[in-house]
Amino acid sequence: MSDGTILSGRGFGASRAVFGELVFNTGMVGYVETLTDPSYSGQILTLTYPLVGNYGVPDPAQADESGISKFFESGRIQARGLVVHELSEIASHWNLSMTLDEWMHKEGVPGISDIDTRELTKKLRISGVTMAALVVSDSEINAEQVKKELAAAKPYSEEKFMDAVSTKQAQTFGQESDCVVVVDTGVKNAILRNVRDLGYKVIKVPWNTSYSDIMKYDPKGVVLSNGPGDPEACPETIETAKNLIQNDIPTLGICLGAQIIGLAGGASTYKLKYGHRGQNKSCLNLQNKQVYVTSQNHGYCIDPDSLGKTEFDLWFTNTDDNTVEGIRHKLKKIIAVQFHPEASPGPYDCKFVFEELDSLIKGGKQNQ
Amino acid sequence: MYLLPVTPEYVSSIIESERPDGIMLGYGGQTALNCGVKLAEANVLQKYGVKVLGTQIPGIQRTEDRQLFKDSMNECGVPVLRSKTVNTFEDAKKAAEELGYPVIIRVAYTLGGRGGGVAHNEIELHEIVERGLNASLVHQVLIEEYIGHWKQIEYEVMQDYEGNNVIVCNMENVLSMRVHTGDNIVVAPSQTIDNREYHMLRSAALRGTKYVGIIGECNIQFALDVKSDRYVAIEINPRLSRSSALASKATGYPLAYMSAKIGLGHTLPELVNRITKTTTACFEPSLDYAVIKHPRWDFTKFERANRKLGPTMKSVGEVMAVGRTFEESLQKSIRMLDIGNDGLVLNRINVDDEEIENIENHLLNADDRVLYYVAAALRKGISVEKIQKLSFIDPWFIEKIKNIVDVESDLKKKQLDKEIMRKAKHLGFSDKQIARATNKDDMEIRKIRKDMGVLPVVKQIDTLAAEWPAKTNYLYMTYGGYDNDITVTPDQKGIIVLGAGPYRIGSSVEFDWGTVNMVWGLQQNGESNVVVVNCNPETVSTDYDICSRLYFEELTLERILDIVDMENPKGVVTSVGGQTANNLTPKLAKSGIKLFGTSAEDVDRAEDRSKFSAVLDKLHIKQPQWQAFSNFSEAKSFATKVGYPVLVRPSYVLSGAAMKVVWSQEELSRYVGEATTLSPDHPVVITKFMLNSLEVDVDGVSDGKNVFIGALVEHIDAAGVHSGDAMMVIPPWRLSNKQVETITDYATRIAKSFNIRGPFNLQFLINNDQVYVIELNIRASRSMPFVSKLIKTNLINLAAQAVLGKEIPKIQPDKWKKTPIHGIKMPQFSFMQLDGADIVLGVEMQSTGEAACFGDSFYDALSKGLISVGYNLPKTGTALITIGGSENKEKLLQTMATLKHLGFKLLATEHTAEFLEEKQIGDVQIVHKISEPERKPNISDLLYERKINFIINIPSTSTLEKYVGMLNDEYQIRRKAIELGIPVLTTTELAESFVKTLEWMNHNETTKKALEPYDPI
Repeated sequence: MSDGTILSGRGFGASRAVFGELVFNTGMVGYVETLTDPSYSGQILTLTYPLVGNYGVPDPAQADESGISKFFESGRIQARGLVVHELSEIASHWNLSMTLDEWMHKEGVPGISDIDTRELTKKLRISGVTMAALVVSDSEINAEQVKKELAAAKPYSEEKFMDAVSTKQAQTFGQESDCVVVVDTGVKNAILRNVRDLGYKVIKVPWNTSYSDIMKYDPKGVVLSNGPGDPEACPETIETAKNLIQNDIPTLGICLGAQIIGLAGGASTYKLKYGHRGQNKSCLNLQNKQVYVTSQNHGYCIDPDSLGKTEFDLWFTNTDDNTVEGIRHKLKKIIAVQFHPEASPGPYDCKFVFEELDSLIKGGKQNQ
Repeated sequence: MYLLPVTPEYVSSIIESERPDGIMLGYGGQTALNCGVKLAEANVLQKYGVKVLGTQIPGIQRTEDRQLFKDSMNECGVPVLRSKTVNTFEDAKKAAEELGYPVIIRVAYTLGGRGGGVAHNEIELHEIVERGLNASLVHQVLIEEYIGHWKQIEYEVMQDYEGNNVIVCNMENVLSMRVHTGDNIVVAPSQTIDNREYHMLRSAALRGTKYVGIIGECNIQFALDVKSDRYVAIEINPRLSRSSALASKATGYPLAYMSAKIGLGHTLPELVNRITKTTTACFEPSLDYAVIKHPRWDFTKFERANRKLGPTMKSVGEVMAVGRTFEESLQKSIRMLDIGNDGLVLNRINVDDEEIENIENHLLNADDRVLYYVAAALRKGISVEKIQKLSFIDPWFIEKIKNIVDVESDLKKKQLDKEIMRKAKHLGFSDKQIARATNKDDMEIRKIRKDMGVLPVVKQIDTLAAEWPAKTNYLYMTYGGYDNDITVTPDQKGIIVLGAGPYRIGSSVEFDWGTVNMVWGLQQNGESNVVVVNCNPETVSTDYDICSRLYFEELTLERILDIVDMENPKGVVTSVGGQTANNLTPKLAKSGIKLFGTSAEDVDRAEDRSKFSAVLDKLHIKQPQWQAFSNFSEAKSFATKVGYPVLVRPSYVLSGAAMKVVWSQEELSRYVGEATTLSPDHPVVITKFMLNSLEVDVDGVSDGKNVFIGALVEHIDAAGVHSGDAMMVIPPWRLSNKQVETITDYATRIAKSFNIRGPFNLQFLINNDQVYVIELNIRASRSMPFVSKLIKTNLINLAAQAVLGKEIPKIQPDKWKKTPIHGIKMPQFSFMQLDGADIVLGVEMQSTGEAACFGDSFYDALSKGLISVGYNLPKTGTALITIGGSENKEKLLQTMATLKHLGFKLLATEHTAEFLEEKQIGDVQIVHKISEPERKPNISDLLYERKINFIINIPSTSTLEKYVGMLNDEYQIRRKAIELGIPVLTTTELAESFVKTLEWMNHNETTKKALEPYDPI
């Protein structure tokens, strides 16, 4: 870790060294979905649940009829490394095709087990997320050398993620006449699946696609997706979002997409000390006072104090720390949530957010 | 607070006098729930304007009535099993043929799956359906497709009136669907299902429970196919259950507390997480450890009981273990059971060297030893796949057991270095297991291990995997980590109180009452840091807000020493946790730990029969003839000298565990082996067993100088019925003043000569007007809560002062005599659940619970006591009488006359009828034995036709029969009757009291007074 702490354990997956931001996630299931979530690009993931790999990994080739992967959130493992207390060396499930160890080995991602993940989590909670190196090697590891390399590694905040996570060209899923454009800043397949479930053809476009290029598809609505890193590192997407707002195009922002909408609307964002990563996060819907359990994975957040000067209302707040978990435009058909209504991993309780987008599209009326 | 039967009649009268605004039905198990539904159906709630708080009656009905449940689930898109509700055997037969055998039979409105079963053919179907229809309050059973090999997954749901809902915990049953969850080894959270399945079931749980209208807490159970994601909902429990208690302790989320708040109208979001005290209660706990619940069975107490596990629950208690590997939690849980095992492998007695065929048979027909057989199978090289096929256990769990078996083999073969030491501890091996593998002493291993630096760490249970700072005192120890979550500063140095471990036959909630009251007593006396160690999720002592720090941990020497290393306490209290804690007294003292209370030497003087006897001799107090022995020929000659029967028991054992009345030399030789395995460090004691005696318990407290006698408690049953199974009464009803004085004097002198500082219990025998001492327990006893409540003086509170070295306050010495209340303690039996178990009482305790009722007179209290434990007290009807032995017949003659006088119709077997004719009781109908079905009228038919209201069945010469060789016919009567829910009275004392109660009820009404608070001390 960048503070000089060295933890040793048993390596698995690929033998190599990686550098990234060390974060933790409190979900008790869903390592396949989590590891393939592009939002974890640049990060070394610690799982607080101690037994990992129990049910193995399903076949990556399985896809639905429109070609979207059935069980994976993207085409590969996105996290740089994995830290666990215990790796299950065997796996048991009707749907598995390999063990977690085999998969990570194949994908060239290192992992470490026999770590006191609770102690590590407390450390991250107290001092905040930090840069770390994960080195798996068959031979002696030179700690001093690793420390030097870590010091020289590019900090998470300075990394450029979009080129790595976003699609290079537009991709189409489904044949319906009505389409929704999803701007891919590192989109999870579950978002595509959920939009498909609404009955739309999905067109996934690169993160820096301009408003006018998007409108060429004549979309019924637009989704700004999740993704890794600082939202301010996506100025082109922010520009697109400004145009979507201005032209009152039915739009849903999710996670990074929500932050981008916030920035486009004049709000500001900041980085949380250790982020929200888990499946048990409760959010209050300020419209009906209902509380929902949500899946979350974000290190950045919209500043609630900055909302006052925008045309957005607070929609959801985190019940534990009152951070912003959703906003909606006072007049236009623009909604955004910081949590993950598409679940995968996590609870399905907030699928209604997609239905909300659908009703903005179908109602054609003003928001609210 | 009323000590009254939870029946619609009694609750109605309380409602009438108290006029409450609301009633909560979800906190008293199935008994309270059933009672509430009946009250609603009888319009009692409506009449008095009592609001049901929490899940409303229609919601309860939608979950309890099988057909309504199925319809509701279909309506909200939650799949259920194909099944059919039936009210007759004929319909059951049709349904089973449609669904195809095997089918499972489930009973509507019943306790703990009572009366259900799997039928593979029509004969089995007949047996189970008849039993089920009779056990059901609405005479209804469900016939359903059988899915025993599917996974059994449960979710605990919280929901408020506003519709906010969360899942607090999910759980997976290791032994698949085919074993009742109460008898299953349960792990939380689930281990073998992936994210999609977890959340698919989670959504179904929320959808289903919202649809039926759950308010507060409930448990929903699913079956999940092992080869696809097909699932079905099995049932919803619309109340706090055993699973909810487990879920509360497993997560740190206090379900009952939150559920009560919700019942009062609070919403989930406005309630606060009790552990973080800052975050909301409307969230889902995240665990960073693995929890295992392991049931405790007591099959060895029931000679004929079938140990096989299935859809009917047979366990009597449970433990919960917390660890950071599955293996660690599993092995911890086995130690917590306190059944003499040190883990899954490397026990004193192991499942070893068995034929492969036998092992496979045990995997196919799982009983309480199934996991040991999995280990044995792995040792024999049977493949994981084969084991899975036979046992329906998921391969993941089998592989974990394989890890344990592999380390066992490594420990035996390899040099004990730090690596293997750490690995073994990581997988939950105890020092004792390691010692056994390496032929060393466990204390030697402890030293080697500590020198290696292989130490456990203490971790917090904080509901959210360390994501938020939690000031929680809820702790466990593990080798799955390198750093402690807490440190105990010198100003936090406190007193450790050891709890009682799992509920079992002989040790139930009464010891938890003792533990909790000791904690409170110490706190009231200025001890601000009281630490509790216990491992039973069903207890109050494991609520983390009771004490300063709670270790949800093993009550083994190794773990207590670890905790002492951690805590550096002022000392330890071992006198309120029953025999589990008491057994640790000498070992802790030997390790140099200060004990609060009676010294270890004095406890040893009471436990060691020779030393105890010497003290009694010096005091000139009599005891039955006895001798300690360690070889068989000594034992034999002693038994021959005093004459059979004799009582055989090892030292340091509670409640007849391995204590037994032995009637012949052959039995003695068989038994000595059994008893000595239980406690090899102590000799076995044989005592002359005196038939036809009265038994008296004395509960008291002493500070070393002053002795306070709580009460003399007389057993209504003859001596020989275990004190835990006997009906007890305060004040004694057959003792002379002189006997009371003698007993009081003996108790006082004995307490003083043992320098008792704390609670004690003495047992006396009265034979031919002579008072004998049977035993002294220098600890809290089973009857202490009963005595304390009756005399309105909390004995454990006094004991807390005594263990701290304070003088106990002066209390009126004969307070119990001056208390104008009669108290009865009745045992509660669970024979119905124990397939095949006989109900004749003996010296081994068999009851699984108790009820206490107070009244203005003996019969006032007794009638309420009988009703509380499930006896129906008929005003008229038919009684079947079969009495063995002429002495018993003579004894009950007056009782028979009374019955006749009360207008009961008497049925009797030939000999009994002949006797009654002779004595001119007159008009007794002869009925024939079950073994002669061709002779009519036959008992079997009459039982099934429910033409008998109760049965008086006294085996000849009392308990003799059972041990010499029971008459099968009588056993059949008792068994059938129990299965059909017909009361059977098997002792002359019970029969007499029962009939006199019926007579009393003819002219009197029971009192319904509230329990009075303790007097200030």
